[in-house]
Amino acid sequence: MSFISYLINGLSLGSVYAIIALGYTMVYGIAKMLNFAHGDVIMIGAYAALISMTQAGLSPVIAILIAVVVCTVLGMAIERIAYRPLSKASSTLVVLITAIGVSYLLQNVALLIFGANAQTFPTVIQWKGVSLAGGRLNISGETIVTIAVCLIIMAALITFVQKTKSGQAMRAVSEDRGAAQLMGINVNGTIALTFAIGSALAAIAGVLLCSTYPSLTPYTGAMPGIKAFVAAVFGGIGSIPGAFIGGILLGIIEIISKAYISSQMADAIVFAVLIIVLLVKPTGLLGKKIQEKV
Amino acid sequence: MLKKMKKNTKNNLITYAMVTAAFIIMQLLISVGAVSSLLEGLMVPLCTYIVLAVSLNLVVGILGELSLGHAGFMCVGAFSSAFFSKCMRDVITAAPLRFFLAMLVGIAVAAVFGVLIGIPVLRLKGDYLAIVTLAFGEIIKNLVNVLYIGKDSEGFHFSTKDVMALDMAPDGTVIVNGPQGITGTPKDATFFIGFLLILLTLFIVINLTNSRDGRAIMAIRDNRIAAESVGINVTKYKLMAFTVSAALAGAAGVLYAHNLSTLTANTNNFGYNMSITILVFVVLGGIGSIRGSVIAAVVLTLLPEVLRGLSDYRMLIYAVVLIVMMIFNWAPGAIAWREKYFHFGKNKRGAGK
Amino acid sequence: METLLDVKNLGISFGGLRAVNAFDISIKKEELYGLIGPNGAGKTTIFNLLTGVYRPDSGKVILDGVDITGRKVTDISKAGVARTFQNIRLFRQLTVADNVKVGLHNQHHYTAVEGILRLPRYSRVEKEMDDKAMELLKVFDLEDYADHLAANLPYGQQRKLEIARALATNPKLLLLDEPAAGMNPNETGALMEMIQFVREKFHMTILLIEHDMKLVSGICEKLTVLNFGEVLAQGETSKVLNNPKVITAYLGE
Repeated sequence: MSFISYLINGLSLGSVYAIIALGYTMVYGIAKMLNFAHGDVIMIGAYAALISMTQAGLSPVIAILIAVVVCTVLGMAIERIAYRPLSKASSTLVVLITAIGVSYLLQNVALLIFGANAQTFPTVIQWKGVSLAGGRLNISGETIVTIAVCLIIMAALITFVQKTKSGQAMRAVSEDRGAAQLMGINVNGTIALTFAIGSALAAIAGVLLCSTYPSLTPYTGAMPGIKAFVAAVFGGIGSIPGAFIGGILLGIIEIISKAYISSQMADAIVFAVLIIVLLVKPTGLLGKKIQEKV
Repeated sequence: MLKKMKKNTKNNLITYAMVTAAFIIMQLLISVGAVSSLLEGLMVPLCTYIVLAVSLNLVVGILGELSLGHAGFMCVGAFSSAFFSKCMRDVITAAPLRFFLAMLVGIAVAAVFGVLIGIPVLRLKGDYLAIVTLAFGEIIKNLVNVLYIGKDSEGFHFSTKDVMALDMAPDGTVIVNGPQGITGTPKDATFFIGFLLILLTLFIVINLTNSRDGRAIMAIRDNRIAAESVGINVTKYKLMAFTVSAALAGAAGVLYAHNLSTLTANTNNFGYNMSITILVFVVLGGIGSIRGSVIAAVVLTLLPEVLRGLSDYRMLIYAVVLIVMMIFNWAPGAIAWREKYFHFGKNKRGAGK
Repeated sequence: METLLDVKNLGISFGGLRAVNAFDISIKKEELYGLIGPNGAGKTTIFNLLTGVYRPDSGKVILDGVDITGRKVTDISKAGVARTFQNIRLFRQLTVADNVKVGLHNQHHYTAVEGILRLPRYSRVEKEMDDKAMELLKVFDLEDYADHLAANLPYGQQRKLEIARALATNPKLLLLDEPAAGMNPNETGALMEMIQFVREKFHMTILLIEHDMKLVSGICEKLTVLNFGEVLAQGETSKVLNNPKVITAYLGE
């Protein structure tokens, strides 16, 4: 029975990774850059929700909405100020280093404002959850809601990308930016929209993450951010279903490793997964192969 | 041609002279007591950072790949050499000899890790390569934290669980104690040794860059496909740059470890944060500029300590430095603006694609 | 004259599309041979097959009696095939002289340790390389630019530097991928002379891809016309250019 409960915990953690990984994978697919600061946007979202609830005394739903707005604005601002000037730079390393800088900036601004001490995050989910098998298997409300939210977001996002005009623009920009521009697609606008969606999802992920693991520091987002990137690569970067599968698998791998191998080694195992995936199948589970042109 | 060679050599001599002059001035100030003990204590770590920055520049600036796991190699060098020195503390009593041997151990072990990690990692490129080096760096830090080594009359005992699991005889001593690390490493590192190590690092990196092999490495950076087409063995030269860089980071780790009585591996000294700090030095100094790395390491290490009020903002400053430097140096708009108003920055060496 | 390059039945597919099929070519030593064809005919793909960028899924490539089919790019370079690229690929942040010296990499040796420690062989070999590089740059009138970064060269000079770098590898066969692309008629004329000069001075065998018919008919002794990945016509230049099939392929029905 404990194995099943680990599995469910893994599913829940994996769902959070999946939501974060969506932000990574969309930005990577469309803007062709690794937005290293994505994890830290999560942390900002969590702080925004926390302050709305504890300082302003707002209801959880309003708090989540505020977090979503804050992160959306933040994500778009980061794109506009730090990344867009470099979108035509000669080297991809340039953008990556800048993104690392943004990640550091967010962490350290949060550190100055909120301090290094961990703050307790009140849960936004009042539901106690369900108890199965005569009380031997308890599934918390947070777990169920997290998994459900992840599924809803996934379905909504796939519909958006497939059915709407903006979604089509995203796919076009991701295939060939130059050609999309020639076809009259607003490339900068599309990239900004991608950042907006990714960051809004980061806010939701932040609230869900902190509801399950209720300790918030300026560094809360960094590790889940990097792991979600691992998940995105695992599933195949640029692929929305890939981010989902990668996230879930990674969450389960992490929780199972913690339970059965060593809690100190769990992170190392997650990183080993990344290394193995990149060396064996760099395109991930669902990714496409890109041939270099000579 | 001749003119260029002279210019290059002159440029490098200035770098050596600058480092030597800074060392002599600092040494004089220390001997007359004009330097606070806090600042004096910062000298060996500063040497460590300079060696790290110059060695990372070999990968980022000369090879053109981003490594986010540089602190991992430093960690390997630090722990292997501290282990050696602690074991040899009573066997080799002459501190300089013991430290010299520890240095060789640290460099060798870091170089071996450089090869082992480099072979798989260097098959990747760009963002993926960067993230995998980060992963290796974190794995090294994690592994060191679960490593327990003890020694008794029967020899060495290893465990990845805890001290009890070492199962030693009563006379045994714990050498590596998991997250508590290594305590009692002899403090063999001095400012002078640090200075010598900087000179050695500069000598190796500068001379390698200005040689047949260095040209091959930079050719790969500028255009891998063209480099292959003229018969450059890409794997060999990428691995060469990566391994030399790792070995030098290992040397920096040896220096670092022998300046502390307790050596532990955490995020700030051997983890991701350290790797990024070194990257900040390289970026501020100018990617590919060796002298720039040295100057940036000095300025960014000493500035927050000298201006006390700044030390709280240290990491914030680093973050801003990264973003502003990247946009200022690489954004097409910023480059055009600079050329219009200042007419400089045209002949810069930079990271490759 | 004996045959230098002998290619039989070369072919490759990309995801079901037959990019090159049953390609044969035979080039004699010191011949200047042209490979022409409409856009997308597979000309650059053939260069990529000959230089090892792609592995052919059928056929054989024999260079000077040695089978080099499917070898790696680096090994084929060492075997004696050098090339230029359609979209210029220089080492942009290296000087012009250093670009050529990278081309000389496999002709002049010293170890990394000798380089770092500046042992006597370092100075001697570097001197040799400098002299050789300057000699090559003089051939292309680039000696005044030796200290400049390759990125700062004008376009036409960049094309010339790419040829100089390729020659530095001491090849048996030189492949030029659209050397006149982006040049005006004057520059093209000078380039034609230069290619002929290179052939005579270095006793070089040259295979070139070109769109510019004037250049092709002016200097190539033989031509192969490629269309949809297959050989449409092959032989002496004047005959091939008068071949009705070739005229149709170029001008349409």
